[in-house]
Amino acid sequence: MQLSNRSKKMVVKPMTLKERMYLPAIAAGLGITIKHFFRKKPTIRYPEVKREFSPVFRGLHVLKRDDLGRERCTACGLCAVACPAEAITMISAERKKGEEGLYREEKYAEVYEINMLRCIFCGLCEHACPKAAIYLQPDVMAPAFYSREEVIYGKDRLVENADKRANAGLDRVNGVRKLS
Amino acid sequence: MDYNLATAAAAPDKELVHYVNELTTINLGPTHPATHGVFQNVLKMDGEKIVSADTTVGYIHRAFEKLAEHRPLYQITPITDRLNYCSSPINNMGWHMTVEKLLGVQVPKRAQYIRVIMMELARISDHIICNSILGVDTGAFTGFLYVFQMREKIYEIYEEICGTRLTTNMGRLGGMERDLNERAITKLRAFLKEFPVVLQEFIDLFERNRIFMDRTLGVGAISAEMALNYGFTGPNLRAAGVDYDVRVNEPYSSYEDFKFEIPVGTIGCTYDRFLVRNEEMWQSVSIIQQALDNLPNDGFAADAEHYYLPPKQEVYRSMEALIYHFKIVMGEIDAPVGEVYHSVEGGNGELGFYLVSDGGRAPYRLHFRRPCFIYYQAYPEMIKDMVLSDAIVLLSSMNVIAGELDG
Repeated sequence: MQLSNRSKKMVVKPMTLKERMYLPAIAAGLGITIKHFFRKKPTIRYPEVKREFSPVFRGLHVLKRDDLGRERCTACGLCAVACPAEAITMISAERKKGEEGLYREEKYAEVYEINMLRCIFCGLCEHACPKAAIYLQPDVMAPAFYSREEVIYGKDRLVENADKRANAGLDRVNGVRKLS
Repeated sequence: MDYNLATAAAAPDKELVHYVNELTTINLGPTHPATHGVFQNVLKMDGEKIVSADTTVGYIHRAFEKLAEHRPLYQITPITDRLNYCSSPINNMGWHMTVEKLLGVQVPKRAQYIRVIMMELARISDHIICNSILGVDTGAFTGFLYVFQMREKIYEIYEEICGTRLTTNMGRLGGMERDLNERAITKLRAFLKEFPVVLQEFIDLFERNRIFMDRTLGVGAISAEMALNYGFTGPNLRAAGVDYDVRVNEPYSSYEDFKFEIPVGTIGCTYDRFLVRNEEMWQSVSIIQQALDNLPNDGFAADAEHYYLPPKQEVYRSMEALIYHFKIVMGEIDAPVGEVYHSVEGGNGELGFYLVSDGGRAPYRLHFRRPCFIYYQAYPEMIKDMVLSDAIVLLSSMNVIAGELDG
């Protein structure tokens, strides 16, 4: 049936005598195998050598602090709404007097949990965050685990270390570093 | 001997009943290593010959269509990743285009071209899997290992574009989430240089190989008429000789700008499907080359502030951008009431999205037209009177993917 004038017929030619014989094919096959011995090896010897990830890779989440070491998250809940896997839960609290050095805004997340069993690393929480608080790190992956309790990441493991800032990668607009 | 299981049950003929009782029942699946996925076939076997087959679907049914009824439109993209997971960018783009059709969003040419590049890469990776696995099923493992290196390169390009490799969640409603960067273009150019060499080697290994030809030529043939009656699309229909391709017959995403041919087979056998897929990979390489060379410069996202998330720098600074940001993330985008159907040429056939919107934040009803589901319906009829090993080859050459089959 002809529906367009752009079709290209694939013709099947009958086998020639040479193709009918198994032996030449076996020799040719061995030749190809030997040729591959001397090619550049594609294997990366993983624990010793690591592949470079892209700067936009979606790895493990991090809750960022600002330059003064205060938590950026204001518990607006937009990441939890945007999460298609319903992996994020949070409880907000009001900042008390004397905590100004800890939290940037008057409201903060008292509890912030991501269930890594549910998380599909789609990155929609990062897209949703209006406070530059949650990012998927381009160089850290979620590690393997042994128990279900281990997989629910609380604030103790999500908030970045004030001394050792996490890498937030590159922003949507080409080449611009993310606010971190 | 003439046998018919239905008449045997209705009017017991002694000899016939004896024959039916002698048949062996075999469960091909649900977790059979040769079926590449979770689907079950209960086969009645007369020796090596298949007398009848009974297919079961739903072993990994995840109720995507129902899930989608409770998700804002942008959150359905990760669900489409998991349909045909060998070519998830095509599914993502197809869904984005469906929603854009509903919302009436015009996507700039550059975004359309980037989409074309990603969709053709996805098609190559899908065909690589199908054709090389067909080799594995006929006993040739080497070709599989050689071309799979190229699939890895494609995944690295995905990683540069969207940040992940398999379940991509690529792009957004109204365009891409970021522009093609230098790293991605370098990797794309390297891929376009390396891939033809590897593909030619793969074709040399298989196409005129006697064992491969003996196993596939004329096996599992389906006539164009039967294929059309079942609703076949994609390479499986083209192998039967019908040059139906959504990219040509219903162009989307600027496919009309590119020059390419539709390979068609003759009798629709496994070998024809193999040839068609190989040729399609050549065509895809040429399309990517054309798109990359003529990449327009009019932005990677639509100018639609109601639907497309504003840049983050704006959100941190301006109140208006923050309001739009909240509205879009909460899913309150005021989708119009109506229904749209949009289909794309997926890795293994016409992947359609039928979206009914009642104006709410989630679709009222969403139906995925999954080509695998349709191919699988024809499978029992196609494998009748075949030997078991040919049935396995036929299943992998039809590229039935369990994630898409069950939805």
